[in-house]
Amino acid sequence: MEEQLKQLQAEALEKVAAAANLKELNDVRVAYLGKKGPVTEVLKGMGKLSAEERPKMGALVNVVREDITKAIEEKQVTLEVAAIEEQLAKESIDVTLPGRPVKAGGHHPLTRITEEIEDLFIGMGYTIAEGPEVEQDYYNFEALNLPKGHPARDMQDTFYITSELLMRTHTSPVQVRTMLKHAGKGPVKIICPGKVYRRDSDDATHSHQFNQIEGLVVGENIRMSDLKGTLDAFAKKMFGADREIRLRPSFFPFTEPSVEVDVSCMCGGKGCSICKGTGWIEVLGAGMVHPNVLEMAGFDSTKYSGFAFGMGQERIAMLKYGIDDIRHFYTNDLRFLQQFSVHE
Amino acid sequence: MFVSYKWLEQYVDLSGVTPQELAEKITRAGIEVEGVETPASEMKNIVVGYVQSREQHPNADKLSKCLVDVGEEEPVQIICGAKNVDAGQYVAVAKTGAVLPGNFKIKRAKLRGEESNGMICSLSELGIESRLTPKEYAEGIFNFPNDVTPGEDALAALNRDDAILELSLTPNRSDALSMIGVAYEVAAILGRDVKLPQPNPAESTEKAADSIQIRIDAPEDNPLYIARVVKNVKIGPSPLWMQTFLMNAGVRPHNNVVDITNYVLMEYGQPLHAFDLDRLGSNEIVVRRADEDEKFVTLDDTERTLSADQLVITNGKEPVALAGVMGGANSEVHEGTVNVLIESAYFDGQIVRTASKAHGLRSEASARFEKGVDPARVQAACDRAAELMAELAGGTVLSGSVVAGELNVEPKKVSITLERLNTRLGTDLQMGGVEDIFRRLQFDTETNGNEITVTVPTRRSDITIPEDLTEEVARLYGYDHIPLTLPEGESQPGGLSPYQLGRRVVRRYLEGAGFNQAVTYSLTSEKRAAQFALEVRQPVALAMPMSEERAYLRESLLPHLIEAAAYNNARQMASAALYETGSVYLNEGENVQPKEEERLAGVITGMWHEHLWQGEKKAADFFTVKGIVEGLAARIGLADRLTFQKSAPEGFHPGRTAEVLLDAEPIGVVGQLHPSLAKEMDLKEAYLFELKLDMLLNADREDLSYVPIPRFPSIGRDIALVVESTVEAASLETVIKQAGGSLLTSVRVFDVYEGERMEEGKKSVAFALTYADPEKTLTDEEVTAVHEKVLAALKEQAGAELRA
Repeated sequence: MEEQLKQLQAEALEKVAAAANLKELNDVRVAYLGKKGPVTEVLKGMGKLSAEERPKMGALVNVVREDITKAIEEKQVTLEVAAIEEQLAKESIDVTLPGRPVKAGGHHPLTRITEEIEDLFIGMGYTIAEGPEVEQDYYNFEALNLPKGHPARDMQDTFYITSELLMRTHTSPVQVRTMLKHAGKGPVKIICPGKVYRRDSDDATHSHQFNQIEGLVVGENIRMSDLKGTLDAFAKKMFGADREIRLRPSFFPFTEPSVEVDVSCMCGGKGCSICKGTGWIEVLGAGMVHPNVLEMAGFDSTKYSGFAFGMGQERIAMLKYGIDDIRHFYTNDLRFLQQFSVHE
Repeated sequence: MFVSYKWLEQYVDLSGVTPQELAEKITRAGIEVEGVETPASEMKNIVVGYVQSREQHPNADKLSKCLVDVGEEEPVQIICGAKNVDAGQYVAVAKTGAVLPGNFKIKRAKLRGEESNGMICSLSELGIESRLTPKEYAEGIFNFPNDVTPGEDALAALNRDDAILELSLTPNRSDALSMIGVAYEVAAILGRDVKLPQPNPAESTEKAADSIQIRIDAPEDNPLYIARVVKNVKIGPSPLWMQTFLMNAGVRPHNNVVDITNYVLMEYGQPLHAFDLDRLGSNEIVVRRADEDEKFVTLDDTERTLSADQLVITNGKEPVALAGVMGGANSEVHEGTVNVLIESAYFDGQIVRTASKAHGLRSEASARFEKGVDPARVQAACDRAAELMAELAGGTVLSGSVVAGELNVEPKKVSITLERLNTRLGTDLQMGGVEDIFRRLQFDTETNGNEITVTVPTRRSDITIPEDLTEEVARLYGYDHIPLTLPEGESQPGGLSPYQLGRRVVRRYLEGAGFNQAVTYSLTSEKRAAQFALEVRQPVALAMPMSEERAYLRESLLPHLIEAAAYNNARQMASAALYETGSVYLNEGENVQPKEEERLAGVITGMWHEHLWQGEKKAADFFTVKGIVEGLAARIGLADRLTFQKSAPEGFHPGRTAEVLLDAEPIGVVGQLHPSLAKEMDLKEAYLFELKLDMLLNADREDLSYVPIPRFPSIGRDIALVVESTVEAASLETVIKQAGGSLLTSVRVFDVYEGERMEEGKKSVAFALTYADPEKTLTDEEVTAVHEKVLAALKEQAGAELRA
């Protein structure tokens, strides 16, 4: 019987070693250790043994059983690892194939510029004011010191709807409306972005519809130097910390004094095609609010003063991104728009 | 305004200041110099030549063989093609080795077998625009008058070595529309003196008043009219210096009398007109409004029909000039003119503008009247012209001027305190510095303590209030010297309004969902104006549109968005998702501002999802746009408040379009573009939405507050219902929700089936129901009780049977 057991053990261990996969291994386990397997059979035959032999054989059976079980368990681990590896090998993919695209659009470049400027001034304590695009002649012109027949009205060719209604030619009427709301009490500190319209034929540099963003500060003792400091901060944040501004006297009916504001060119003054060799790029119009404008908006011009500035988002975007044709902004070509989904 | 550097030097010392430096200084002080032209810089080696002889070229009919003295030992032979070349002429010669504009190099050449050592030049070959060259030289070579020497620099003799500054004037600075005005400006900038002409014509004993009388019948339009009479003039070319200065200023020379009026116009900024006194037709000048439909032939030989809003100069019977705009052919100065009447007048800007606009005649003269001339120069300019006519045309100036009307030439006084000046500018100027600036401007000042009172000369009509003085000080002090500060005083927090913030959230949501933001035009065609409008009104029309395409204000964003999708589709970008936020304009009646409402619209065409190598493709459909709108509502806190009702507005697919309601209020539309419209635009399927963004963002909503996460498990029950095909899912959902009560936490459609396995006219809709109780774990029995109620309600209210 001992002989028989030894032989069974040897046979079983051999078969365990030979098992090629988990199923074969399981077959071996069932065959040798199962209820009908030979080891169990040996155990069943133990009743016939003598009382001295029985414990000895019992121990031997257990040893054989444990040896076989252990061998099976070890083999099982090996086979499982192999099976996983095989599975993983089968599941291998080409990681260089394109991923599933996530849809994402983006801001129109004009919105991008507008929000950038809005945020910059919000940080300096400004709020955003908006107003109608179809305006009354009064708010668009008269309240801005441009009475009917004023020669400077030629500078702004206007789309009229009736003699008293027009498409606003600038966002300045929003300044007037805001000042009137303040009813003569400062401070006023606003940014007015929006669409404006001029009677122009559309070409590479003209558009009958474009955007403006204007700023207005009214308070006691607002100085020209405050305008200069504010625009200097703007230019540095918008175009780069190394940029400078330069004020040139100019004329607008609603400001006095009036200035054009140039920002130093990225060429660093060496002269390039963008600044036409001058080292400076004209970016803004600005000035101290004309006392007539303050008075018409209900502010005492001896007590209050203010500054205002304005610029065009299209021009800023064209300068900043190197866009060569203003019509691109209104064609909505995806090949154009998609370039501005990128966060800088 | 073109300003000749050499001409300007007559009034102000420019030594040590190059034209480029001057241009920069003028620009920085307030008048933009757009460019500086230096004609001679692109030419060299051009001298005066004397044509000693001319003979026919032996081999060419149209060429002449000339021997020309160019100031060298031997004359040179030059072949010339100009018809007007002849012996005895002084001409401009580009010698061998010379360079002409456009880098045109002159080389020794053989022309039809004859040697040619240079070229005899026309004025246009020397870079003068042909519209400016005197008519007699327009076709051929130029002849110098006799006061030149062979070999001398021809460019200097022609003032081509000048520098011409192009000034771009803002409407307030019409004072710089004259050489003297520019001289005052430059003198102030440089801190130098102005040397003005002091006209003092020698007069004969004969009185001008005996030759002419003047009457003004329209004193408001013409407050002052001054005339002088110059007799026995000899019409001929004006001297070369005058002709070349005029050409450099952009004025074409004609003859001495006309050139003198133009020269004085440019010098003083006062327009003048010269009449042939003998052709005037009477000895009186009457200034009056034109009669309606009165006919008049201007000196360009065009018959004009006048109207009563225009001013004419007449001889008492008929017009001889359209005031301030153009003279008449009947009284024009011509070759045979002997006696001249010089008109120097002040015409109202508005009446001149009306006439120049009506006849499309904008001239140097009308431009100056429109902006207002200096009342103090009317007499001086007249005297100056008379003096020059005596000097340069041999005329006799009759004694005195004939003057009608009068003008106030009293200068204004404007005051400002030093404090106000400094607080407006943010500077720390002293009174002495301020006084010095006004001294440079040649403004008289009077200081009284801290206040300075400035007497503003009439030439500077733009200065009327203290702020104008501030500007004069600032621009001459230099903006570069003003410090950089930030506003002081009470500050306020900046920020976006809730509405503005909401708009940004909406944009980011849509962009995150795959849309690109578009910006389209607000102006559109009549056809598109009310297309797709949520609220159709009579579109608002422009009074004078530039084109039919941009003649009306839009009532919907969709037409241009669809156009943008079609544009992209035509350029191989068939899958487009575009959105726009912007105003629509709703007519509220004539002369009333239209109601502007902010809208949000979108268009999707082509594939919504595509992953090529895995063969995944999902075309956009109705449920794509609907999902986007629902997601948007959820994003802005209106999750369960939108409903969709089948609807068939114009332009949309009648079976695939829904009206969108917020609570019970219509706020928009989602649906498919009508296939026949899509076809018109060369689009396949396109899905659209337009929503009233203002209503969405302004809707009342509850403040965000935390709801505890369920602590007890939920129980799910799925049901498949068989209903009539026409029954809408939303109505079933309503029944389920009502019957399910508070334990029912969610209802979702997970399957819809209609087809062979269903009875005709029936469909199956399957819902997944979830039950939960926040306070405890539900038992199966509790759920079953509610669920049975749901099923009973479905059967009763919607005729829905459980699918077998």
